[in-house]
Parts: sequence; structure tokens; C-alpha cells
Amino acid sequence: MNWKAYKRPEGVAEALTLLEKAAGRGRVIAGGTDLILQLRQRERAADLLVDITGIDTMKGIGEADGWITIGAAVTHAEAADSSLLRRVARALAEGCGQVGAPQIRNTATLMGNVISAQPAADGAVPLAALEAEIRVVSTAGERWVPMDEAYLDVGRSAIDASREVATEIRFRKPADGEKTRFFRLSKRKALSLPVLNGAVSILPDPSAQRIRRARIALGPVAARPFRARRAEACLETAAISPELIDEAARIAAEEANPRTSLLRGGAPYRKAMVELFLTRTIRAMLAMERG
Amino acid sequence: MAGEVKIKLRFNGVWREVETRPDRILLDLLREELGLTGTKKGCEAGECGACTVLMNGRAILSCLTPALKADGAEILTIEGLAEEGNLHPLQQAFLEKGAVQCGYCTPGMVLAAKALLDANPTPSVEEVKRAISGNLCRCTGYTKIIQAVRLAAEALRGDQRRKDEPAEAVKQAKTAVYP
Repeated sequence: MNWKAYKRPEGVAEALTLLEKAAGRGRVIAGGTDLILQLRQRERAADLLVDITGIDTMKGIGEADGWITIGAAVTHAEAADSSLLRRVARALAEGCGQVGAPQIRNTATLMGNVISAQPAADGAVPLAALEAEIRVVSTAGERWVPMDEAYLDVGRSAIDASREVATEIRFRKPADGEKTRFFRLSKRKALSLPVLNGAVSILPDPSAQRIRRARIALGPVAARPFRARRAEACLETAAISPELIDEAARIAAEEANPRTSLLRGGAPYRKAMVELFLTRTIRAMLAMERG
Repeated sequence: MAGEVKIKLRFNGVWREVETRPDRILLDLLREELGLTGTKKGCEAGECGACTVLMNGRAILSCLTPALKADGAEILTIEGLAEEGNLHPLQQAFLEKGAVQCGYCTPGMVLAAKALLDANPTPSVEEVKRAISGNLCRCTGYTKIIQAVRLAAEALRGDQRRKDEPAEAVKQAKTAVYP
């Protein structure tokens, strides 16, 4: 293929030094299931690959001070099987369990799912609903990049993997009673990109009559995981009722801007599916399956 | 081109030191440098599962794995399944059920199934389907493949029972009265 060196540093500082020496010709690799393909197809080039999956501080999923943290080396299989994530952020565990196929999930990392910057990413869409942020370290220091700012365009991340190392993902631990769910429409159950996917997070009021906080992320209906903010606001404005849910789902379909695609179906169809799947998902979350 | 680098891997139970190019892909290392051609090259794009091997016990795609990523790892390929000339229960079950048509997907299927059975000795049909969902069979022989995996699970459970209670089994065999 085309890289001249492959390094497996033991720490972040060492990784940054390697990247700095490569002066833009190096690139971070984690699972590599996207990157190796891109290098093979000459969509990208790199002289040096810096494999961060052996760095101990980037392994594991944890909880501290009200945050849930996921290291950059955590694979989709680990996230999908994590009892902590299944308990506090079910949508994320579900989404990670839908990526690719078992072999891909055993290798590909959730962080890579974000950095590959595909709007349909089954791991990244729930992270958008959870309002996650990414810790990015470079020789210039560190910064936290919110999911909303992590995407420049389709396939283009705001994180520069030739100079920066993304070390962890974090999000506020969902409150007691807060529910999250993931949904997905695809032609096959495995090895198939979604026609539509989405994650919903809902925190009902203690009275259970109203929704205190709603978050809806959808893909691929825009150039990045898309937050249906008007639909979220709609859900937060009135007492819970089947009509309110219908209205929010209708607004989300209006906000979403899917393209007509030979692979994924026509825009009107996909908008209709946004409405249908959101209605079903939110009703199920509020235990209002009938209606 | 950059010089060769030395890596050490445990292939099918045996540690081996290999010198290879830094941009070698594990699949090519297996097939071209080690002569382990049981692992198949299918799509080379991570979509068919023909190149599946077990790395540290987990099913992975060797076509998307840099060989240097596997430095220090334990790799199991289809060549490592049979022991002393005896087929592994999975191989035996594929044979018995006729779960092999053209055979190209078979090594990957068997290894994906091995990863499943190592973690779950009593998989349901749905669990088998999920475990082999990353492996395409262009002959579409899935039904028999699923049957074979479940048959192998049964056989392996039998083996395990025999291992757990050897004395009892031997005693029974010795005292059994056959008509």
C-alpha cells in the first residue's frame, strides 16, 4: 500500500511528537476500517500511521463527576456491550450495535465513527442526541469540541487527524428517568448503510404530564448528524398527548433535508419515514404505543 | 520503499517472528508470506467477511488490518482449527450438514461461528444469524450454515460434558450392558 511507517505509541505525548515530526504527512489510526480503505483507494495519503489503540488512558468507558466518558480506543462492540451505557444511554449502545457487522464492530472505534464524519453514522447520531463533546489534544493544548461543531462537511471532520489526537468522548450522564432510544431503517440488517437513523432522548417532568427536555438527532438527512431543534422545542411546550407527538414528528420531517438518492430512496419517502419512525419511537418511550 | 520491520505474532498457537513491509495488510501477510491461503481474499473492502480471522479471540477482517497492528497478537486462521488431523466440531458439522457449496466463504463463516461459540455455547438461530451477519455466502447457503453452527454447538457441549465428567462417562461406558 502506501505508508512508510506504522507506530504504536504508549502515550498521547508520544503520539503528538510523532505527528509533529511527520509535519502533516502523518495520520492517527484507530480501528482503521475506514482509513485503510481510503488509503487503499487513494482518497487519502499518509507516510506515517500513528495507532493510538494501545494507549492505556484511551481505553475504557467510565463515569465520573456526572459525566460519562468513552476513550478513543473503545470499539463499537465494547460500547454496545457496556452495561453502563446500556443502562444510562441505551440509544448509544443500540446504535453502536448496528454499525457494520460483528467484525467491523470488534475493530472500529466509536471515536472513529465521529471523525469519519459520515452523516449516517450509527454511533455518532446518538452522540449528537446526547450532546456529547470530544476532547482534542495537540501540541498547542487541548480543547473540547461539541458534536455540533465536529463536522465541516460530509466526510470532513473538524478534528485534524494529521496534527491532533482525539482522546475521549464525554456527555452529561442522563438524569434519572431520562430515556434514550435509537431507531434505524435499512435494506439489510447488517453491512448496510441506513436509509434513515435517529436517536431520541426524553426527560419527562416529575408529574409525567410534560416533557422537560427532548433531544432528537437524525441521519442521514443533512451533511452531518442533524438536530431537529424545532421538533424538540415543540415537545417541550405542551402537555404530553398523541397530538403533540404527531405534531413534533411532522415538524421534524419538515426540518429534515434528505437528498433523493438511488441508494437510500426519494426525499419525500425519507421525510415520511422521519415522521413515522419518530412517532413510533417517542410513543414507545412514553409508553403510548396505542393511539 | 521503506525497509522491512520485524514483528512477532502467535499464528495458530505458534509464536513466529516475521519481517515485513510497514504497509503490509494482515491478509497478505497470511497468504503471501506465511502461505496460509485458507483465509480468503474477497471484496478487500470490509463487506464480505471472507478474510475473517480471530485476533485475540475476536473475529476481525484481515483485509482491513495492518499487519503491524497485529504485532504481539494471537491470530487464529482456519488452518489452526483441526487438531492432530481431527476436524474441529465446526468443520465436522459443516461437512455433515452440507453447509459448503463453492466454499469460498466457508473459512470466514467457520471462524465467525467459532468466535460466537467460544462466547455463547447455546446460541439461538437469531444469535447465529447475527454472528455471521458480516459474512456473505454468494451461493446463499445460509440455512445449512446456521444448522451446522447449531449442530457444532451441540457437539461442543457434549465434549464439554465429557471433559467435566470423564470418570462418570468412563464408568458408564464400562458398565453399560448392550443388548
